[in-house]
Amino acid sequence: MPVLTYLWIIPLLPLVGAALNGIFGGRWQKSVISAVALSSTTLAFLAALEAVREFLSLSPSQIPWIKNYFTWISAGGFQADFALQVDQLTVIMLLVVTGVGWLIHIYSTGYMHEDPGYRRFFSYLNLFMFFMLVLILAANYLLMFVGWEGVGLCSYLLIGFFFLKQSATNAGNKAFWVNRIGDFGFLLGLLLIFRTFGTLDFSVVLPRAAGMTADPAGQIGTLTTIALLLFVGAAGKSAQLPLYVWLPDAMEGPTPVSALIHAATMVTAGVYMVARSHAIFLNAPVAMQVVGVIGCATALFAATIGLVQTDIKKVLAYSTVSQLGYMFLACGVGAFGAGIFHLMTHAFFKGLLFLAAGSVIHAMGGEQDMRKMGGLRKKIPVTFWTMFMATLAIAGAPGFSGFFSKDEILNEAHRVSPVLWGLGVLTAGLTAFYMFRLLFLTFFGAERYDEHHVHVHESPKNMTIPLIVLAILSVCGGWMAAPQLMGGANHFQQFLAPVLGAAAEPAAASTGSQGGGEILQALLGAPVIAGLLGFFLAWWLYIKSPETPKKLAASLAAPYKLLSGKYFIDELYLAAIVRPLVWISDKVLWHGVDERAIDGTVNGVAFVSRESGDRLRRAATGNIRSYATWIVLGVLVFTSLLLWMVG
Amino acid sequence: MVPTSYFLVLSAVLFGLGVIAFIFKRNILTIFMSIELMLNAVNLAFVSFSRSLGQLQGQVFVFFVIVVAAAEAAVGLAIIILIHRNRGTLNVEKVDTLKD
Repeated sequence: MPVLTYLWIIPLLPLVGAALNGIFGGRWQKSVISAVALSSTTLAFLAALEAVREFLSLSPSQIPWIKNYFTWISAGGFQADFALQVDQLTVIMLLVVTGVGWLIHIYSTGYMHEDPGYRRFFSYLNLFMFFMLVLILAANYLLMFVGWEGVGLCSYLLIGFFFLKQSATNAGNKAFWVNRIGDFGFLLGLLLIFRTFGTLDFSVVLPRAAGMTADPAGQIGTLTTIALLLFVGAAGKSAQLPLYVWLPDAMEGPTPVSALIHAATMVTAGVYMVARSHAIFLNAPVAMQVVGVIGCATALFAATIGLVQTDIKKVLAYSTVSQLGYMFLACGVGAFGAGIFHLMTHAFFKGLLFLAAGSVIHAMGGEQDMRKMGGLRKKIPVTFWTMFMATLAIAGAPGFSGFFSKDEILNEAHRVSPVLWGLGVLTAGLTAFYMFRLLFLTFFGAERYDEHHVHVHESPKNMTIPLIVLAILSVCGGWMAAPQLMGGANHFQQFLAPVLGAAAEPAAASTGSQGGGEILQALLGAPVIAGLLGFFLAWWLYIKSPETPKKLAASLAAPYKLLSGKYFIDELYLAAIVRPLVWISDKVLWHGVDERAIDGTVNGVAFVSRESGDRLRRAATGNIRSYATWIVLGVLVFTSLLLWMVG
Repeated sequence: MVPTSYFLVLSAVLFGLGVIAFIFKRNILTIFMSIELMLNAVNLAFVSFSRSLGQLQGQVFVFFVIVVAAAEAAVGLAIIILIHRNRGTLNVEKVDTLKD
């Protein structure tokens, strides 16, 4: 078991790549830099594959496979180890992160080729891979938190990658601040876990949490508090209401970053964390309700904003927020396996959508506004066809990966609450609409760009090959769950059952129940029909009569403004939180406390000593005779005093 | 025999002259000489008390004062010569740069 014994090799490889490029890359050719970055991720991917191969040959008693390498912190009763863990959940995440990460690294060598920050980019990207792998391989919450903060740092660095653009640095700062709020909740959750269980190891905390009596419904006990605090962290990282605002702005980063960090991997860390902590959540009914409702609300909310965006990346960003909402909806209704399943398929098709969008932007010479595209289908066929596959997958066309994962989530939601199911189906319809709107605006219709200035060209091979691979995965990625439809077993759920056992149980039960098949068929219909409606609406509005959207926007001015203004949430936060905070910082903390109180004390002490010294100095005239006069006077005074006292 | 008080009055008068000269004279050499005058007025007081009390300590003090005065004269005159060489004046009112 070479790789499972030395598990640390998997995260170490990208770290070495980041260090080599970061330290020595300044003198290297671009080819050497990309060779270093690519070989480190390729080796990490191969190591992950080997680890999975070895993992599959383990006996069930050896799972979870935990390797404790050294004690990291030991203070009083607290101990945290540098310990890595592999179980079925880790395996899925490991393959998604290293696999998709590897493909996006290849793509980036093409996309970033002309960029002067080539070395910096790959150094950050490899560093991100390192932290992400630490996050998913960690065997305790503290090490997970290290990875969690690390990916946040890399996200910040890469959003602000074009740091000469004010908007990019602002977006990076925004992402950092908003994530601070979430991370604070996560940290409080960790403290409460330590207080309750005396340790942060998954292998101790989770079985014990599972063994505790559940908090009664409607009450907030310790487990519910822990779960809610962890969810605050997850909502920050995974862009859920009300902390989603940083993700759309994060599109300021280079497109491969949007694909890797802000679609496929980092933003799903919250879902992974919730699924990892499912033992806590299952015993916290209130927290589960909160997760489900927030997830569903986010899915619908973000999807409606996505309807009217004109920037191709912004549509995809809101789509990501929406799809992450689906994943939390799944977690909230107890279908953690379905959430992870959607996480995986989403990594494939959303990663692909972003890469394809990057390819479009590349072809258009940097243009991101869909209103200035159109008719690109024939010019960039590979990009078109791969993006078409991804669109079908996200819209939930039967047979594609998104179909299986989304329907599984909606089935589970229906079991818990028809309202959540209904909103989920509505969101599925909206998803189909805005995705086909994107596709039609970009690839169909009239060419709305200036042909003299824009030379549309297909991207080079190192960009198109990752697109094709991801397109295949987007199509086939869900087939593991396919037998379920024929009344068989869901292989994905079965694989995850040892970890998420309790969570996966109801899914198996509902499939296995008598007469459940027909209900299942009926339910399967609803999202597909909603998707079809969305597709036809998009087709009618953007292909059949392209004049209608403008008329529609004019006749429905108020709702349109609300949506295109993104519900003015940014403005609300600006007015309610940011401005008061800036005002307090500026007027009270800076000019008041810092300048008046602190600087005033320091400067005041200096001022008093200087002024009093200046006054006293005048007594020292340098004139010996005046000194002598003072001495004589002093002697006379003291002598007379002495005589008076004695006499 | 001359009463002790006469010597003491003479000593006080000499000391007072020394103080007045120290304060009002501008020439460093004169000031220096007024210091010597004060020292010797004190010596006179020491010696008179020594005689009237019939003790020797007063005379011992006088020797100390004479020794110190000699040393002071050596150092002080050297300083005065240097001041004159550097400043070209012996007026104490011109030698007041320390206050700046």
